[in-house]
Amino acid sequence: MTASIPATPGSVLEYLAKQEKKSLLRFMTCGSVDDGKSTLIGRLLYDSKLLFDDQLAALKRETKRNSANHGDIDFALLIDGLEAEREQGITIDVAYRFFATSRRKFIVADAPGHEEYTRNMVTAASTAALAVVLVDSRKGILRQTRRHSFIASLLGVRHVVLAVNKIDLVGFDRRVFDTIVADYREFAENLGFTTITPIPISARFGDNMTSRSPNMPWYGGPTLLEHLETVPIEEEAAEAAFRFPVQLVLRPNLDFRGFAGQVASGSVAVGDPIAVAKSGQLSRIKEIVTYDGNISRAVEGQSVTLVLEDELDISRGNMLVPPEDRPHVADQFMAHVIWLHPDPMLPGRSYILRTEVDSVSATITSLKHQIDVNSFAEEAAKSLRMNEIGVCNLSTQAPIVFDSYKDNRITGNFVLIDRFSNATVGAGMIDFPLRRALNVHWQALDINKKARAALNHQTPRVLWFTGFSGSGKSTIANTVEKMLHARGKHTFLLDGDNVRHGLNRDLGFTEEDRVENIRRVAEVAKLMTEAGLIVLVSFISPFRSERRMARELFGPGEFIEIFVDTPIEECARRDPKGLYKKALAGEIRNFTGISSPYERPETPEIHLHTVGREVTTLAGEIEAYLDNQ
Amino acid sequence: MPLTHLQRLEAEAIHIFREVAATFAKPVMLYSVGKDSSVMLHLAMKAFYPGKPPFPFLHVDTTWKFREMIEFRDRTAAELGIDLLVHINRDGVEQKINPFTHGSNVHTHVMKTIALRQALDKYGFDAAFGGARRDEEKSRAKERIFSFRNVQHAWDPKNQRPEMWKSYNTRVGPSESIRVFPLSNWTELDIWQYILKENIPIVPLYFAARRPVVERNGMLIMVDDERMPLHEDEKVEQRLVRFRTLGCYPLTAAIESKATTLQDIVREMLTARTSERHGRLIDADEAASMEKKKREGYF
Repeated sequence: MTASIPATPGSVLEYLAKQEKKSLLRFMTCGSVDDGKSTLIGRLLYDSKLLFDDQLAALKRETKRNSANHGDIDFALLIDGLEAEREQGITIDVAYRFFATSRRKFIVADAPGHEEYTRNMVTAASTAALAVVLVDSRKGILRQTRRHSFIASLLGVRHVVLAVNKIDLVGFDRRVFDTIVADYREFAENLGFTTITPIPISARFGDNMTSRSPNMPWYGGPTLLEHLETVPIEEEAAEAAFRFPVQLVLRPNLDFRGFAGQVASGSVAVGDPIAVAKSGQLSRIKEIVTYDGNISRAVEGQSVTLVLEDELDISRGNMLVPPEDRPHVADQFMAHVIWLHPDPMLPGRSYILRTEVDSVSATITSLKHQIDVNSFAEEAAKSLRMNEIGVCNLSTQAPIVFDSYKDNRITGNFVLIDRFSNATVGAGMIDFPLRRALNVHWQALDINKKARAALNHQTPRVLWFTGFSGSGKSTIANTVEKMLHARGKHTFLLDGDNVRHGLNRDLGFTEEDRVENIRRVAEVAKLMTEAGLIVLVSFISPFRSERRMARELFGPGEFIEIFVDTPIEECARRDPKGLYKKALAGEIRNFTGISSPYERPETPEIHLHTVGREVTTLAGEIEAYLDNQ
Repeated sequence: MPLTHLQRLEAEAIHIFREVAATFAKPVMLYSVGKDSSVMLHLAMKAFYPGKPPFPFLHVDTTWKFREMIEFRDRTAAELGIDLLVHINRDGVEQKINPFTHGSNVHTHVMKTIALRQALDKYGFDAAFGGARRDEEKSRAKERIFSFRNVQHAWDPKNQRPEMWKSYNTRVGPSESIRVFPLSNWTELDIWQYILKENIPIVPLYFAARRPVVERNGMLIMVDDERMPLHEDEKVEQRLVRFRTLGCYPLTAAIESKATTLQDIVREMLTARTSERHGRLIDADEAASMEKKKREGYF
């Protein structure tokens, strides 16, 4: 607000109009502990007259109480807003600050320097267009300088200001500055920054911050503020292909069906042809609806509601895109992952992968290598610990829509969430889809599940029977199938033993193979429901996570989990195939209930207590459930 | 034509509103009747147009709000046809908790923080929108847009979920919740500019008028009703005043001002030398007071 203040009410509008046209620069400050990040922001706010009298007075009071700075204001206290931060004199979390000059508006994210708080630095970098990397003139390039520069580059920050700070403490020596600049340029060479602008400064005393320092006649470049005000911000996102992630479907009444979202990149106009990324269906934009009236074109950054010419089945997580320039739709891809949690990342474990609008189960199928942030060397690794960065292959339960992160920061990112604690554990930047999934675009099929089901006069479903070996799953499933068949329903029974003779004969009984066994069966069941059938699956399926994986392949209400609850003692007594006898004798390894765990369903749709009850009664219970749906 | 600064802020806030509606089972918007709430309500109406916001609005009434605020609240809810819930901490009312005898700290804790927790528990909300901005106060400058609260509604500032891009983690366990701040990146000036541009109705107390005030500890306190006890040496004067922020009337200082239009207000703001929370008595109570309140569940 350094611009002159309007004197008359009439000029307020003019002033505001000018304010409104300013562009916005989001930048971050980073660098090692004590390099002066918070001081730099405090100084920028102070010098641009953005501190209020009461804030300054409070600051002076607190400086006296907390700080070793005699007499001068300790600007860091202004930014380090948490009690723990002020007590320890360090920055723990990102602080966002706002200021404006006559040319631009700024949002500054002040990122912590400690390695322990790297996750918060990643938070700051994800939305920044520029990074001010601070270096202490006396110390030069440190581990954290390299680390932060690398992370900034990985997260797509393209402009760097190398702020060589505390230059007053080395006597404003040009040689010190030149050496640090040369060191930095050498290691940052391959980080892909578009610009690196070195500026010698003293954040504490204001040299080269907002006005040229008389102490460094040898420096002919811009002051920090001048540079921030004038550095060109690319309009990359505006010029990229149109991407519209669907956030939610608005259906306020029967006559309106619109897709709400924020344009991630590019633009779209009424009449433009569009494709639905996941299904491949085509349509055109009929209307672009906003509260302020319909508009003819929506551009990057705008939150709008799109209405299409045709009634298509599109839900949250899908994306509207130009038919001739589509994103990837794949369930396997390679990505850079930054790990953010004390529990290490384990390949094979199931996480929730969240993009801007989609959420699916995902596993890291392989950790290709870890990247050493000092040498940028690739090193073999089995897991990623907190603050480590790795290149991984991921597999998702259902295909997601994405672009490469280097092409689009909004449609190319994801976060990983722990399934049980719901903690945000990782941040990912997608490189490319894996070959297997590549170029296999989803065909829009004109005859779909609904059409086939209608012809069959039935609702496709999966009846998933789980329980111990010998619990009666197959017997009950058989009876249910007979009852359904008698009523003219089209059914198919997938039985564990039978499938293992054919499709899954290459699989054994280790945990990994059992997981794969279930995955294949679930996929087959899915194809069969697509064909309109009622599928009965009779599998021990001992693990909760795999049953959940199977469930997630189906639509709401489609998957019916039936827990055939027969106590293990009873199963062992029945022992129809003589397996328990062998297992107890140690002749069969990994036998569920004996030498391998069975995780009981927590909330099955149907819970059958079998002891003392007839098969037909139990089957009748299932039939009744289906009739009530 | 790239979007202007305000258009970007508006689009970001709408995105956040929609994100919550799409991912939470039972969201609510905290409506405190102030200018930020007016902006929030306006944005919520925009986000779901041509539909209405698919969540209710909750006002935690401390029973010490300005009378004009309550009138404005009820009129607004009726005009927009929104679902407005009002919650008062009845235990606090029975104990006759008030800012004069118990002090601002106890009053705010019982009638605001506890009351809010009661309301959230009563309805089982899993997400609650608040109008807090990062430029308001230094602990707020640190808070995420989607800010996790544990079962006790407490904020753990040292251990916040990382928040990258706009891929928000919207998952919570039973009885846990998220506070959501669509105005995080707005400044006070942005708010006024937006109110002016969009012609958003606000409580008349923001505009200068002759009002009965007493001077107490250097602050101008408006005598909004007969419950306010006066000291012997205090006398009620009619002065031309307005409010920069609104809260409980005994805890919110007025400023002398001639600003009777939105343009006057903006002009006055541009020349102001004190921050907006300067007039809030609860903030000055102790160092780090806002952070402490937030850790206890205050918005």
